Amino acid sequence: MGLVETRFFTFAEPPTGLPLDCGRSLAPVTLAYETYGSLNADKSNAVLVLHALSGDAHAAGFHEDEKSPGWWDDMIGPGKGLDTEKYFVICSNVLGGCKGSTGPASTNPKTGRPYGLEFPILTIKDMVDAQSRLVESLGIKRLLAVIGGSMGGMQVLQWMVSYPARIRAAIPIATTMKHAPQQIAFDEVGRQAIMADNNWNEGDYYGGPLPSKGLAVARMVGHITYMSDASMAEKFGRRLKTEGEQGKFGADFEVEGYLRYRGDSFVKRFDANSYLYITKAMDNFDLLAEKRLQEVFKGLRARVLVIAFRSDWLYPAYQSKETVKACKLAGVDASYCEINSTYGHDAFLLEVEEETHLIQHFLRTVSENGHSELEPGRGSDEIRAQSHT
Amino acid sequence: MRLEHKVILDWVNPDSTVLELGCGGGTLLALLVAGKRVRAQGIEIDAKAVHDCVEKGLSVLQEDFEGGLSGYPDGSFDYLIFDQSLQQVRKPDAILKEAMRVGRRIIVGFPNFASYTVRFQILFGGKVPVTPSLPHEWYDTPNLHFLSISDFIDYCHRRDFTIENSAFVRKNSRVGVLPNLRADLGVFLISQRTGSETEVPPTRGTAAGPLPRDGPGD
Repeated sequence: MGLVETRFFTFAEPPTGLPLDCGRSLAPVTLAYETYGSLNADKSNAVLVLHALSGDAHAAGFHEDEKSPGWWDDMIGPGKGLDTEKYFVICSNVLGGCKGSTGPASTNPKTGRPYGLEFPILTIKDMVDAQSRLVESLGIKRLLAVIGGSMGGMQVLQWMVSYPARIRAAIPIATTMKHAPQQIAFDEVGRQAIMADNNWNEGDYYGGPLPSKGLAVARMVGHITYMSDASMAEKFGRRLKTEGEQGKFGADFEVEGYLRYRGDSFVKRFDANSYLYITKAMDNFDLLAEKRLQEVFKGLRARVLVIAFRSDWLYPAYQSKETVKACKLAGVDASYCEINSTYGHDAFLLEVEEETHLIQHFLRTVSENGHSELEPGRGSDEIRAQSHT
Repeated sequence: MRLEHKVILDWVNPDSTVLELGCGGGTLLALLVAGKRVRAQGIEIDAKAVHDCVEKGLSVLQEDFEGGLSGYPDGSFDYLIFDQSLQQVRKPDAILKEAMRVGRRIIVGFPNFASYTVRFQILFGGKVPVTPSLPHEWYDTPNLHFLSISDFIDYCHRRDFTIENSAFVRKNSRVGVLPNLRADLGVFLISQRTGSETEVPPTRGTAAGPLPRDGPGD
């Protein structure tokens, strides 16, 4: 991809603001985003990538002076799964995030201080509503596809429900229509670790010492859930660390060293309050809250590709199959692939070869069949004419 | 193109909806999309075959169709197709009943276990037959059930299914007389009998035409 830059889109200025699920509104709102490839003349080749809990807008390429590329660089670029020679790829940091989008660490215009716990409770739907405004601002009436794994997949599912006419395809990966008790439980352990850190101070820690220990423990728990028994055994075995801290309870095993390293590096790039707000949004996510399974995707004309991984125990395949079942009940054109991976939940970032094959062919099919999938009563010429204005 | 696929292509109405159970790499579905503009959905358990389907631009669900049918509402598809997959399921009777709920018509193609090639091999060879339509050895065959054309006709009568059309194939040619003895493969278009007549409009006839109640004989 080469060098890329993060850009910023600010909207929902006061007094209107962006209305949120909780009843409050947020004004103004900034979303950090990056784009790769170029938008074609009729603006029909845009793919929106949605990131997971700890992701950000920087999905591919390198920032200046950066050694490692964006979080999904394996999938985004010329000739890759999301081929930037063909598609215009957009990725934005979620609302509530801490990598350039408005979140609890942003300045509250009313007080001139960081929001902290003054920040309103967010939902996955709020994140998606904000993204839809960004997509609009880029002049895109209809996305070719929305794609994402884990929490990114929840946003994909929310797009299918909130903006069905504005997507031609959806690719939810390793995700669920609602968080199960086990998923909520792990998130709660993470939140408790943060809130138990004395530095957390009811979320008011900006400018002072950070609740780094708590956030690091939260991240360690997270990493355990992203791997599998088999992938941990292969990666670490019972091998001992050769260097590092000494003492009775030092990091003796490689797996301990790995988790500590992951925890410590996370606190340098992530805000603890964002972690609280975003995990809460995931836990509250329930597409079926007010709907029956057969109603949730009713009328959806987009094509759907659902992907799950066999060793993923955090978002097990049965949850993806529920999504498939909802598609069947609604008569939605769906494909489902269960990739035989040992990587656990992390597989959605690692099983690049299989994902590339599936996604390349799926997107090609969707772009080739574009005009047959327009809403009834709207000709393709009309869509084309609109997108030129 | 395999003759039985040509037969199925001939039977399926244009612009209809089709679900193929055990669609493999999607050869038949791709033909139906190209030739009849059908809206196609496949179900297939094998990962490699699923990838092949996606490569062909088909919608395919990687799952076991013995459980997968239950997710569909009544009458979801114009046609359900079992192209040599019905004899590989554990409970063909249960699947067919469920299929009649989900599809308005069902197309079933299967290897005929009563062809003379099979009979000769059992009678004179004393071994489980290995033929072009039954190419597997006993220890690696995916087939769990062995049925003949006559068996299937009897079954349809017992279940009160209407046989709307049928075709019999040997070495990629049509078999007219004595199909149960001469054909390697049987292909049937069946539907649920509703009262004295079926609700569905008739499909285009073929050379073989609907079978008399007495069956093909041999």
